[in-house]
Amino acid sequence: MVEWLNPLILMANFVLLPGLVYGSQLALGALGITLVFGILRFSNFAHGDTMAFGTMVTILFTWLLQSWGVSLGPLPTALLALPIGILATVLFLLGTDRLVYRHYRDVNAKPITFLMASIGIMFMMNGLIRFVIGPGDQNFLDGERFIIKAREFKKLTGLDEGLAIRTSQVMTVVVTIILVIALFWFLQRTKTGKAMRAYSDNETLARLSGIDPERVVRITWILAAGLATIAGVLYGLDKSFKPFTYFQLLLPMFAAAIVGGLGKPIGAIVGGFIIAFSEVMLTYAYKKLGGYILPEEWQPDGLLQLLSTDYKFAISFVILVVVLLVRPTGIFKGKVV
Amino acid sequence: MLLNGQNLTGGYGGADILKGCSLGVDRGEIAVIVGPNGAGKSTAMKALLGMLNLREGSVMLDGKDISGLSTQARIAEGIGFVPQTENVFTSLSVEENLQMGAYLRDDNIADTIQLIYELFPILKEKRRQAAGELSGGQRQQVAVGRAMMTRPAVLMLDEPTAGVSPIVMDELFDRIIEVRNTGVAVLMVEQNARQALEIADRGYVLVTGENRFTDTGEALLADPEVRKSFLGG
Amino acid sequence: MRALVAFAIMAGLLAAVWHVQSPTVALGMLNLCLISAIMALGVNIQWGYAGLFNVGIMGFAALGGVAAVLVSKSPVGEAWTAGGAEIGITLLCFVATIAATIFVHRKTRGRRGHFFLVMLVAVIGYLATRHFYGPATDAIESVNPGKTGYLGGLGLPIIFSWIVGGLFAAGAAWLVGKIALGLRADYLAIATLGISEIIVAVLKNEDWLTRGVKNVTGLPRPVPYEVDLQQSDWFREKVEGFAADKLAGLTGDAKEDMLSGLITEYSGLFVKLCYAGLFTCVLIVILTLCVLALNSPWGRMIRAIRDNEVAAEAMGKDVKGRHLQIFVLGSAVVGIAGAMLTTLDGQFTPGTYQPLRFTFLIWVMVVVGGSGNNLGAVIGGFFIWFLWVEAEPAGKWLIDAATSGMAADSGLRLHLIDNAQHMRVFVMGLVLLLVMRFTPGGILPERVKAR
Repeated sequence: MVEWLNPLILMANFVLLPGLVYGSQLALGALGITLVFGILRFSNFAHGDTMAFGTMVTILFTWLLQSWGVSLGPLPTALLALPIGILATVLFLLGTDRLVYRHYRDVNAKPITFLMASIGIMFMMNGLIRFVIGPGDQNFLDGERFIIKAREFKKLTGLDEGLAIRTSQVMTVVVTIILVIALFWFLQRTKTGKAMRAYSDNETLARLSGIDPERVVRITWILAAGLATIAGVLYGLDKSFKPFTYFQLLLPMFAAAIVGGLGKPIGAIVGGFIIAFSEVMLTYAYKKLGGYILPEEWQPDGLLQLLSTDYKFAISFVILVVVLLVRPTGIFKGKVV
Repeated sequence: MLLNGQNLTGGYGGADILKGCSLGVDRGEIAVIVGPNGAGKSTAMKALLGMLNLREGSVMLDGKDISGLSTQARIAEGIGFVPQTENVFTSLSVEENLQMGAYLRDDNIADTIQLIYELFPILKEKRRQAAGELSGGQRQQVAVGRAMMTRPAVLMLDEPTAGVSPIVMDELFDRIIEVRNTGVAVLMVEQNARQALEIADRGYVLVTGENRFTDTGEALLADPEVRKSFLGG
Repeated sequence: MRALVAFAIMAGLLAAVWHVQSPTVALGMLNLCLISAIMALGVNIQWGYAGLFNVGIMGFAALGGVAAVLVSKSPVGEAWTAGGAEIGITLLCFVATIAATIFVHRKTRGRRGHFFLVMLVAVIGYLATRHFYGPATDAIESVNPGKTGYLGGLGLPIIFSWIVGGLFAAGAAWLVGKIALGLRADYLAIATLGISEIIVAVLKNEDWLTRGVKNVTGLPRPVPYEVDLQQSDWFREKVEGFAADKLAGLTGDAKEDMLSGLITEYSGLFVKLCYAGLFTCVLIVILTLCVLALNSPWGRMIRAIRDNEVAAEAMGKDVKGRHLQIFVLGSAVVGIAGAMLTTLDGQFTPGTYQPLRFTFLIWVMVVVGGSGNNLGAVIGGFFIWFLWVEAEPAGKWLIDAATSGMAADSGLRLHLIDNAQHMRVFVMGLVLLLVMRFTPGGILPERVKAR
């Protein structure tokens, strides 16, 4: 058999696939952050908990559906519950906008005031989530776990290395591709999407052109809620749901949005993948790969792991710092000041 | 007159900036507001647009009192406005800028875009390019084009030639004359008083929020007092 | 005047706890109130004076905590012999890497290949550091891992750690400030959020330094131990004198029982009172310094910068430099409070550092108390801590009452009662939003009203 395929499959299984999946999840999350930043001009610290909130509602409905015996066959039941999760999150965000943020828009408050208000909302959502579902881990994945198992792959190809592809992974990537295409179509081709870009670009002129700010803001929250819930559910299916983990996702998501350029949707996507692949590549132990590609006498003793997974936050942070130092506007020239 | 502001009095909350000045413009006419710094030229335009609270005075458009309307409502009534700065969506393409100008319209805008391209041929050439990548003069054309997308009866321009070279200024004025020739009433505030009065059918010289001189552009240019005080001899 | 009323109410609340719950609870609460007040003062320096948004309070408090360990624990000689030199080389290597990276960055700035060169130096340095790091930490961590497995500390009185903790936090703040100040305010928030997560991750995982999640317990105290008090004649006499009326009329065994009970109870209270005394001293010192600083020309300049950065810069004020100063000072105060907290707990448990409790709760204190007002921060620290503690039983009681119609063993009811404690997080968010919206000045608004 072709021996050189082994290291490639190894990398695909442990670096490429996890990176793609995690990158997709981060990209969806960062898109929500960047949209809110572009239109409402503040960093939404409640975004991680928004993801958790949407996921929680989805989980509750998944459990309900499961108790009724409803299932999607090989696909997770959560997909059926997802629309309800999105709807609940949309209503929640529109409610908070109406009750909290709108006032600060009316009085023309500084961005930092919005940021603080978002911390208040983060608290409330966090409390609510812990109250309803508890702070612990929840697993809500059902259906067919694998599309192909490592063992089957080895048998099929006769290689030493296996490639395991999980349903949730393929789902994450497919859903992300569809969502991103849909979002870009919306922003680039529809009148409302163009109005959102116009508003993000130049608020005064947008008002002068008759664009209704409140409508733009509403649509932004709806998009953010949808993206956050989907990102959260995909993350939860792929890994597991724990409220605190979702809060911690804030840092990589912000890093992704800033690296790409705050306010730039394309930047959020690119940034998401940059952060995800940096994390996966730096925390992967390359010992086995070395076994394939290095000559006998060069074999290392250690794991060849650049950084322990406990420090994956440090990677987001370092990338963030480098970007802030070298190019604060990010790759795609986002908004400054 | 098509658009007529009478006895405009008010400011931004503090002391009055406008002290009972009156301005107007008619169809197929260019009216120019000139005057020294701080005379309230831009403020007067904003008053017509409903961007500040007037204590006294009224604004009539085509015989209808629009004094109580919001800026957006006035724009819907047929006033187009080109702000002095940040007057294009820099990250949007030229064509998208024009489409956003027509945001309030629900009918087919293809004809209007065609008309704008005829008036400003360079925009057709650059229609896929981001407005932020254009030169200063081209940008101003985008800005005027955007404001004309509502097919306004009155087009207001706040210092359209600020910061552009003399050659570009001449070209811009030529375009503005063409816009006038389509039957639009053009009202603009200008720093370059002499050149602006040369193309003006009607000129207003404002000083400290009051009308000092009002006449045709030609007559004002000929008036020795205006020349001495406001045009540098 | 308003401040007096606020403090009187607060004192009343604590007195109520004293009588309704118990003196122990009240004093325990008071101690944490004092520490919270100091932390809130630190954040108020940053936010209230200068408008700097720090979301990494947790990290700075944790640095204070680690200082308590490193100062007070006695050194583990065996571990030092096993890996002391190696860890020294590792640290040297680390520092050299940073220095070399900065040097190369400065030398090659603007030239071709600049980024590549800098990265190359950083990566080589990192690999070299890692080379020494692995064996060093393995050697240290394998020394009696059940009990030590770390280098230990300096064996000095723990009270010194309060200063060291402040210095640690100041150092970290300087680093973050250098990078993130002068950019959009949101960036500072995100950068501080990041650094605090990293600090806590380091403390959780670097076992050779802090034993990580195995925790360091039994930190020495700056105040007497209950056991020692109970055995000392001096304390016995004091209790006899203090509780004379309770002991009167009792004789023999009954008196002896009563007395030993009282001694046990009072020894606990006495220790807590000692802490309260120490903390109050620190609070008064820091508060006085804050008040003096805020009213000095320096304080006026800081506020001028906050209110109009552009104008201040135009007048030749070094805005970024002043901000860095403020950021470092405020963080140092948080570090001091963090060290005090670990001292009070008597143990260092990195797992307990949670952003909700250590970062965002402090924010609520500052905003509710009145940002820009030092006394406001103090009263905010007291009041919010009180609320935070009391909201738990109150929430439980409320849920219990609300679900009393359900069956006692109903799954939903048990679940709700079980999770009731989390409602206080919700309440905090609500309080923050309500105060921001309806009394933006807080309980004690800033006197010189800005804008």
